[in-house]
Amino acid sequence: MLRMTLGAALNTGLRTAMEKDDRVIVMGQDVGALGGVFRVTDGLQKTFGADRVFDTPLAESGIVGTAIGLALRGFRPVCEIQFDGFVYPAFDQIVSQLAKMRARSGGAISLPIVIRIPVGGGIGAVEHHSESNEAYFAHTAGLRVVSCSSSDDAFHMIQQAIESDDPVIFYEPKRRYWEKSDLHQEASLGLHQARVVREGSDCTVVAHGPTVATALAAADAAQEDGFSVGVVDLRSVAPLDLETLREQASTSGRVVVVHEASTFGGIGAEIAASITEACFYRLEAPVLRVGAYNLPYPPAKVEDHFLPDVDRVLDAIDRTLAY
Amino acid sequence: MTVLAAHASWIDASRREPEGPLAPLQLVAPDGSLTEHGRAYGVDATLASSLYRDMVLGRRLDSEGLALQRQGELSLWLMSWGQEAAQVGSIRALRPSDMVFPSYREHVAAMCRGITPGEIASQWRGVSHSGWRPDDRRFHIYSLVLGTQTLHAAGYATGVAMSDSDEIVAVYFGDGAASQGDVNEALNWSAAKSLPLLFFCQNNQWAISTPTSQQMGAALHQRAAGFGMTSFHVDGNDVLAVHAVTQAAADHIRSGGGPAFIEAQTYRRAGHSSSDDPGRYRTNDEVASWELRDPVTRMEALLRGLGISDGFFGEVQEQADQLATEMRAACRSLPRPDLADLFDNVYAEAHPTVTAERRQFLAHRASLEGV
Repeated sequence: MLRMTLGAALNTGLRTAMEKDDRVIVMGQDVGALGGVFRVTDGLQKTFGADRVFDTPLAESGIVGTAIGLALRGFRPVCEIQFDGFVYPAFDQIVSQLAKMRARSGGAISLPIVIRIPVGGGIGAVEHHSESNEAYFAHTAGLRVVSCSSSDDAFHMIQQAIESDDPVIFYEPKRRYWEKSDLHQEASLGLHQARVVREGSDCTVVAHGPTVATALAAADAAQEDGFSVGVVDLRSVAPLDLETLREQASTSGRVVVVHEASTFGGIGAEIAASITEACFYRLEAPVLRVGAYNLPYPPAKVEDHFLPDVDRVLDAIDRTLAY
Repeated sequence: MTVLAAHASWIDASRREPEGPLAPLQLVAPDGSLTEHGRAYGVDATLASSLYRDMVLGRRLDSEGLALQRQGELSLWLMSWGQEAAQVGSIRALRPSDMVFPSYREHVAAMCRGITPGEIASQWRGVSHSGWRPDDRRFHIYSLVLGTQTLHAAGYATGVAMSDSDEIVAVYFGDGAASQGDVNEALNWSAAKSLPLLFFCQNNQWAISTPTSQQMGAALHQRAAGFGMTSFHVDGNDVLAVHAVTQAAADHIRSGGGPAFIEAQTYRRAGHSSSDDPGRYRTNDEVASWELRDPVTRMEALLRGLGISDGFFGEVQEQADQLATEMRAACRSLPRPDLADLFDNVYAEAHPTVTAERRQFLAHRASLEGV
């Protein structure tokens, strides 16, 4: 068993995927000599050459659009979008081209493309560098959307995403890049399975990406007050692992969903509706959501009040226990 | 006090005014006579007859498409009338192995690549979002979001550049699409990476109701220079000139010269689509002036001047009518899709939401049977 940072695990996962399959290529802004602004692609160009790891012009639509052309030629591109807020210039290429081309062609075209996006706040960044936009893509048929929260998942999920014949939006929790955790040789779950990180009988907190650690901290705090709070790491935002969610909701009867994105129209709303439909008579309380307020991402000095923290998660747990 | 000179020559040394547009290359004048360049280049009568035949067939396919729309057999048709020379001249100058990315009005080019009239009609009849497999005839499916396909072509060309192949890639787009960010990203990208990519712009003068004069401040072939790319300007209604220029551009690209840009001046003689009403935004005089420059009558005049017999023209017309009959029959017999099948083509691998919803749809449909 190895122990490494989440960023290093991604780098190792990419390296492994490129060794296994020479159709895998890495492209994006500054992913070559620099190794990406977060160094996730560090050293890959040196190992695999400038044909397989290359810097693109500074144009996000171009990154995704050309990746589509490369996939049509038989490659398996892994694109880096430098920051979450910079993905919007590529929105058409992702939503209207990448997502739909398989269906448009009656299944004749596969586009095995991974779009890596460092996501979320908490690093004191300037605007457009802290967003959580998973709901936009989760809403689009034809895309798969996943979110890793640990080094082990980062290492295995990036390889599983690359092996998928479908397009995958791959979210990386940027404020967790430097956190170390254990990495196992074998993948313990499929790409679209949720992980029960902690069992709990009183309430289940569902989180993904950067908020999994927040949920675990809240569960610890609740335990000190005598409550057994479980935590589910979604890992896959689309499709959702509804089976695991139903099981956990049926066991505890109380669910709190946490994410960094705004709650309105967010993935939490989808989870709340799905759980309510499937487990109505097993629920003790309505499913509650904890997310960002419905504001544009605020200046960094006040982001701590904007993002869901342990206190807000605990508050939601308290409210759900009060029913 | 410092005195600033009003007109310092050293400032002028740093200044560059945009260069003017080139005159479009023409080999055959609108009356069918050879221009000076045409006489110098010469005419291959076999090629000219063959290009003429494709233009007539393509025009007939287009007019049948519009007729089918007017009769309610197609929900929409995007007319290619007037643009036959631009499409036939360019695609016929490429190798069949060169991958082509069309926009959505390239019916004539598609036909030249062996896409059948039924396959072309499929999208417009509302039975599919594309009518053909793109790989076997090296002709990608249509792109309806303007200009997006230029980036797909640039990516494909990036892949070609990584191989030993001497293939090139060609992408079609129009004057309106040239305003899109994607097109300009693709131009920049392919110049920066020296990709084997031909940009073929059919400037048909109108983006629905917006004329080129309101679309851009410099002619399109001039823009290519700013990206660092070789460009050509051609009379897009002169099929021999389009063929010659495309061949020259393809040779340039194939020999490692990097991407090239062709601006073909043509005219969308009909409306943007079967739903459009061009009488609201352009004059009859303008339409009439382009009728005089029509690509098909021009070639017919040239061929007749070369002594091609009436028999040939009669035979081509007969083939065109056969094609129209074939298109009508194929269009009307296109199978209506089953929504249940569409669930299968969204993802390559199993997807629980899709599986569950397909089941729900089938159950709902079954529940209505016999009601």
